[in-house]
Amino acid sequence: MARPERHGVAVIDERRSLAARPSRSDSIFKTVTFSAGAVTVGIMLCVGLFLALRAGDALSVAGPSFLVEQQWSPETKVFGIGAILLGTFTIALIAMAVAVPLALGTALLISEVVGGRLRGFLVSLVDLMAAVPSVVYGLWGLFFLQANVIPVSQWISTYFAWIPIFRVSDASGDVLTEASAFTSSAFIAGIVVGLMVVPTQTSIMREAFSQAPVGEREAALALGSSRWGMIQTVVLPFGRGGIIGGIMLGLGRALGETIAVYMIISPIFTINWQVLKTGTNSVSALIALRYGEASEFGLSALMAAGLVLFIITLIVNFTASSIVARSRSGAES
Amino acid sequence: MTILDETRRADATDVALFEADAVAPLTKTPSPGDTPVGVKRTLRRATLDERFNVIGALAAAAALTTLLFGWFTPLTSVVGWVVVAFVLFIGFYSLLVALRSDGQEVRDRIMTVLLVSSGVVLFSALVFVVAYTIIRAQDALPHLNFFTQTMELTGPLDPLSMGGIVHAIIGTIIQITIALAITIPLGITTAVFLNEIGGRFARFVRTISDAMTALPSIVAGLFVYAAIIQLITHQRSGFAAAMALTVMMLPIVIRSADVVLRLVPGNLREASYALGTTRWRTVWHVVLPTARSGLVTAVILGTARGIGETSPVLLTSGITAVTNFNPFAGPMISLPLQVFDFVKSPEPAMIARGFATAAVLLLLVVGLFFVARLIGGRGPGQLSDGQRRRVAAASADDVVRMANAHSAAPGRHAAIAPELPAASSPDPQNLPKEPSQ
Repeated sequence: MARPERHGVAVIDERRSLAARPSRSDSIFKTVTFSAGAVTVGIMLCVGLFLALRAGDALSVAGPSFLVEQQWSPETKVFGIGAILLGTFTIALIAMAVAVPLALGTALLISEVVGGRLRGFLVSLVDLMAAVPSVVYGLWGLFFLQANVIPVSQWISTYFAWIPIFRVSDASGDVLTEASAFTSSAFIAGIVVGLMVVPTQTSIMREAFSQAPVGEREAALALGSSRWGMIQTVVLPFGRGGIIGGIMLGLGRALGETIAVYMIISPIFTINWQVLKTGTNSVSALIALRYGEASEFGLSALMAAGLVLFIITLIVNFTASSIVARSRSGAES
Repeated sequence: MTILDETRRADATDVALFEADAVAPLTKTPSPGDTPVGVKRTLRRATLDERFNVIGALAAAAALTTLLFGWFTPLTSVVGWVVVAFVLFIGFYSLLVALRSDGQEVRDRIMTVLLVSSGVVLFSALVFVVAYTIIRAQDALPHLNFFTQTMELTGPLDPLSMGGIVHAIIGTIIQITIALAITIPLGITTAVFLNEIGGRFARFVRTISDAMTALPSIVAGLFVYAAIIQLITHQRSGFAAAMALTVMMLPIVIRSADVVLRLVPGNLREASYALGTTRWRTVWHVVLPTARSGLVTAVILGTARGIGETSPVLLTSGITAVTNFNPFAGPMISLPLQVFDFVKSPEPAMIARGFATAAVLLLLVVGLFFVARLIGGRGPGQLSDGQRRRVAAASADDVVRMANAHSAAPGRHAAIAPELPAASSPDPQNLPKEPSQ
């Protein structure tokens, strides 16, 4: 570039700014997308803040005992989610006990054992099952599983009664054996919720497994490893993040599941450690059950329960996504 | 459009060349010399021995279990038979494999059996859930009135030849349309913001929307119930239900659209910027068309989730038996809520209707899923044959147009691009044809 003489009389031209000056269409574009992002954040913060504010009324009355109190009667200011939270976790843990082995096995089956067309078909089938509405699972649980799983429940409670959670007894400690003591239990709800979250878990785990590097796989096989040896030494260590993340995302869904649980359980407001016995409860079922008859304050109490559930699923989901993200390359922005 | 099309075409050609190389590598097979060449063995088939192991173990397990259940012990029930037979099968199978192989292989075989059986259990359970609904729906589905009438004049004791769910179908369509009318523009624009603008605020938006995917759907319903129904409208309505669905679907759509937009190759964007386009034109003509099929898939899968959700609708839409076209006034039921409402009744006819409604909902979701698969089967930038032909035709038209423009004003163009060959031969016959692939 021809520059003017430094020592001459010519004027030194000004240093040009290199900052981009967006055209008008660009600044409009930027404003529009920025405001879309702002609206989205606005809606979502609005939900969170509204929940927190409305829940505040009830929480300030109940205090810390909200987390341990078993009764739910906001009208008399005696309410808490001790029993409900325990029921929520019971159902979710039973769901995980059903779902995790199935999801892990199926994910390994799809990514390591079958190949070709069958693999594509199974992947689509898993994705399709993840889209089946929960009310369909609820129907199945209510009309088929409820009736057919009771012999299994009775068998477990007969032979494993020495484990306290599998005992089925009434208030005075007598063992119950009739079928009516086994209906609408956390066990049945847990099985249904478990089946519901298996597809989600399977697809996350399968994706993690399929990203295990080919070089290491082939190295293991070339050293004479059997397929299971290769899975043990290469696929599972590489997919560990995906396994944990998938389990936790499934757990998040299981904790928040409403309609299938609501259709199956018979709600109670005392702590029931016996998972095979009739009666349990969950936060979302409580909301579905009580929102209609709730007063202003009762609604605030339900909001508080919903807020606690939201915070729990939030923690579970964020832990999960940070674990999944650490195990694979994603967006860093 | 030309920029994008040329880029796409170049990209597709490169990929095709690369694949052709990968498929047929130029390796030389050394001459075997005097060594005799044996018959080529298929390595992937199971040998006779392996098959015998499986079949033999199955037969032995079934026989022993039947003996146990019928004669030796007082065991009963089908579930017990299957469980005992499975455990015995594993035992016999490992015994048979151990006769010929070492511990490594026994472990491998057992694990393979366990993986296959977990897959079989899972898929049969899931297929059974769906099939059970469809089978139980057979009572009510054949009645045509089920799709043409409402439940207005039908009581719980009326036969299946009366009443239908047309009001719920209409309700679902109206609610999901309103929800989509908000979700699609807002969700996709936000996803574009996250990917194309970026910055600290975009990170914040992404964190918040990721957090909201954890929001339990019942809490979304409760929010709308407390914030909109109790404070503003004072009645349940289709609009309130649509708002609840929006709050639930928006994070899902943003998240999946974000993933799809991230897959758009950076070199397409850079090529566009290098040609001097603005950001807005790059997004509109390069990024969005490239990601179109993925975006449509994201939206359709979000729709499938939204249509099937019962819990937010349960709190917000209200239950009714009549058709309501007005989303702003009066209750408006939707398909999942109608299922829930039907099966609360103990009457067999109502339960049959509930199953039939669930089957309709299920078919709707499956239909949406297959549409999404048809559209979204290809990655970004990959074109079907028809699309590729159209792109090629548009490209050829552009060359003609440019050539004509050049011949109309030769001086100006020659100054800009004096060595452009197409400019000197404005004959459409000589134009480069689309390479056949």
